[in-house]
Amino acid sequence: MSMNKCDLLDATYRPTIQCQVISSFRTGFTRMDHAKKTKSLHAPTAEQRIRTRLLSSICLLSLLLTLASASSAQDWVRTGSGLGVEKVRLAVPDFKPSGADLQTTGLLKTFDDTFWNDLDNSGVVELVSKSFYPLQVPGQPPDVTFGLWNSPPPNAAMLAFGNLGVAAGKLTVQGWLYDVKNTASPLVIGKQYSDVPTDDAARLIAHKFADEIIFRLGGGIPGIAETKIYFVSDRSGHKEIWMMDYDGSNQRPVSHQGSISLSPRISPDNSRVAFSSLTKSGWEILMYSVELNRLVSFPHFGGTNLSPSWAPDGTRLAFSSSRGGHSEIYVCDSSGANLHAMTTGRGPDVSPTWNAKTGSQIAYVSGSTGLPQVYTMGADGTNQQRMTDQGYAVSPNWSPNGQFLALAWTRKYGPGEPGSSDIYLMDIASKQWVQLTHDGGRNDFPWWAPDGRHIVFQSSRSGKEEIWMMLADGTKLHQLTFTGRNSQPNWSSK
Amino acid sequence: MKRQLFKSVATAALLSAILMLGACHKKAAPPPPPPPPPPAGPTASISVSPDTIPSGQSATLTWQTSNATDVSIDGIGAVQASGTQQVSPTDSTTYHLTAKGSGGTQEATTRLTVTPPPVTQAATPSPSEEDLFGQNVKDVYFAYDKSDIPSDQQAVIQADAQFLSQHSDINITVEGHCDSRGSTEYNLALGDQRASSVKSALVADGVSANRIKTISYGKEKPFCMEENEACWQQNRRGHFVYQK
Repeated sequence: MSMNKCDLLDATYRPTIQCQVISSFRTGFTRMDHAKKTKSLHAPTAEQRIRTRLLSSICLLSLLLTLASASSAQDWVRTGSGLGVEKVRLAVPDFKPSGADLQTTGLLKTFDDTFWNDLDNSGVVELVSKSFYPLQVPGQPPDVTFGLWNSPPPNAAMLAFGNLGVAAGKLTVQGWLYDVKNTASPLVIGKQYSDVPTDDAARLIAHKFADEIIFRLGGGIPGIAETKIYFVSDRSGHKEIWMMDYDGSNQRPVSHQGSISLSPRISPDNSRVAFSSLTKSGWEILMYSVELNRLVSFPHFGGTNLSPSWAPDGTRLAFSSSRGGHSEIYVCDSSGANLHAMTTGRGPDVSPTWNAKTGSQIAYVSGSTGLPQVYTMGADGTNQQRMTDQGYAVSPNWSPNGQFLALAWTRKYGPGEPGSSDIYLMDIASKQWVQLTHDGGRNDFPWWAPDGRHIVFQSSRSGKEEIWMMLADGTKLHQLTFTGRNSQPNWSSK
Repeated sequence: MKRQLFKSVATAALLSAILMLGACHKKAAPPPPPPPPPPAGPTASISVSPDTIPSGQSATLTWQTSNATDVSIDGIGAVQASGTQQVSPTDSTTYHLTAKGSGGTQEATTRLTVTPPPVTQAATPSPSEEDLFGQNVKDVYFAYDKSDIPSDQQAVIQADAQFLSQHSDINITVEGHCDSRGSTEYNLALGDQRASSVKSALVADGVSANRIKTISYGKEKPFCMEENEACWQQNRRGHFVYQK
C-alpha cells in the first residue's frame, strides 16, 4: 500500500490510475460478496477476509479521494470519473452526413457504430440513451442548443458530435467534444480527420476520436480503441496465430505453420510476435515480424520451449524451456542471446509474465509443489515467492500499473471438487484476491489491456473456447470471437 | 376321450394295412417291357489355368462338354457348350460346371486359389520390426498432474525396455500427453516431463538414450474426447511411436 502513496506524490495523472483500479477492485469485492450470499461458493474464512478487505479498500478509497482531489483537483473535478461514484454522462448523437456522396451513408453507419461501441466499452463514461436525445442533433458547433442537452431528459455533462462526408474521393470527419454544462467555454476537443473513403478508414477514425475523448475523460490514460489482440485460432484446421482489432473486427491470420502454434506475444513496440510452435525439432520459440510479414530468425534452443513473454522495454524475453532436462524459466535478450535459467528444480515451470511497470520482477507458474501455483521472483531469479495458497493456479498476467496479477484459478481442485477455472485478480503486495468471473465454463489466459481497465480472456461459457473481454471489475462482459475455437488472447501494449 | 383316440388309431392302422396289401398286389403284376436304351450321357470337364493367382490377377477358365443342351457354371451363369473365360475373383473360388442333356446330367468342378497380395504375403512369414513393436511396446499411463511413472506401470516400462534392448535397431519417439483439464501451457510442460520420465526409465533399463526422442503434446492431441475420468486416464500417457 505504500506504493500507492509514492505514486500519488510523483505525478498528477497517477492518482487517477490508482484510484480507477482500486475502484474496480472495490466493485469486484461487492459483486463477490453478493455472489457468495446467494451461492455460498467459499469457506467462511474467505468471506471474512473479503469483508475486511472490502472495508479496507473503501477506507483506502476515501483516503485516495482526499489526497487525489488535493493534488490534482482539475482532473477529478472536471471529469468526475474513476471514482467509482458516478461516471460522466456523455451524449453521443449519430454524426450528420455532410455532402451527398453515395458512399456517405454506409461509412457513416460504420463510424457511428464503432464510435458508440468504443465509448460504451471504455468503462470511463456513462452513455446517455439515444431515446433521450432531442430531435435536432448538431453536426456543427453552431447547431448546439445547450439547454436541450444539459438538462433532463438527457442531462448530459458532455456531448460528442460532428459530421462525416465524402468529397473528391476523400473521407472527412469533423468531431467535437463539448462540456455542455459550461456554456461559456464548452469546447473540450475539436478534431478533423481525413482518409480514404473505406470502411476500415471510417472505423480507424472512430477509434482515434474515441481514444481522444477517453484520454481526456479517463484521467489521462490513453484509450485502447486502436490496440490489437493476438490470439490462437483453429479455424483454418490447425492452431495458428491470428490477430484482430480490440473490438473483434478485422480478424486475420498471422502464422501459417500448419502444425500447432500457441502463446502469441506481441512485442511492446508492436514490431514482432513471439510464439511457440511445434517444429520438426520440437516446440521452439518463433519470431514473426509484423513489418516484414514473415518469420525472422530466432535461435532454436532444443527441448520444449513454451510461453514467451516480453520485458516491458522489449529488450528481453522470458520463456519456459526444458533444454536442460526439466521445464524452467529462462531469460534471454530479444535476439535470443545471453540465455540464463532463472529457476531450478523438478516441477514444470511455465508462463512467465514481467512486472509490466518496472520490468524487475517475473511472475510464473510452477508445479514444484504438486498442483501448479503462481509464484513471483526477481527478474534475476532471486526471492522466489509463492502467491497462491491452494487449488490450480495458472496463466498470470501482470497489470500495467504493476500492482495486480490477473490469473486463472480453480481454487478447489481434485476428485469430487467440481470447481471451475475462473479469472481472479490478486493484489501483489497483500496477496488479497477477488474473483472476476463466476460459473461460466472454463476461463483462462487473462490478459490486461494497456489501459489497466480491461481484461481479455478465453472462456468456454458459450459451449466452446472463445475470446471474451470485460472491464477489470468483471462487468461489461462480451464475446469477441465466434468462428472455430479461439484461445490465448494477448493484448498489444499500444 | 381315450376311447375316441383308440378308435382313430385303429382306423389309421387298418387303412395302412389295406394300402400296403394293395401295393404288394400291384408289384406282383407282370413286369413291364424293358426300357429303351438311354441316350448317350453328356460329358463335361473344366479346368483353370493357372490354378493359383495372387489377389487382383486373373486366370483362364476352360471347359468342354458334349451331348449337353444346357451348360452352366455356378456364379457365371449359362455358357456355351465349350469355351474359355477370364476370371479374377478376390477370394479362392470353386467353379462348378453343370452340363444337362437328354442323356442326363454331368458335373465337373475346378478350384482357383487366390492368395493375398504379395506385400502381405512377404510379411506374413516373418513380421516386420514395426509390427513387433506395435504388438509388444505398450504405452505408459500416469496419475493426475503427475509425471513420475506409477508403480503399477513399472512392469509395462520394463517389458518395453526389454523389447527395445532386444531390437537395438529400432528408434523411438516418446510422446507425453495430458488430459483435457488444466491449462494449455502448463500441460505442455507436464507432458514434456512425462515423456522425459519414460525416457529416463528406458535408459535406466539399458536402452541407449540416443535412440529415444521425446515430444510433448500437452492436451493438444487427445486419444479420447469425452469429459470423464476413464477418458482422462486414456489421455494421461507416454505414447510410443516407431521411428525408422
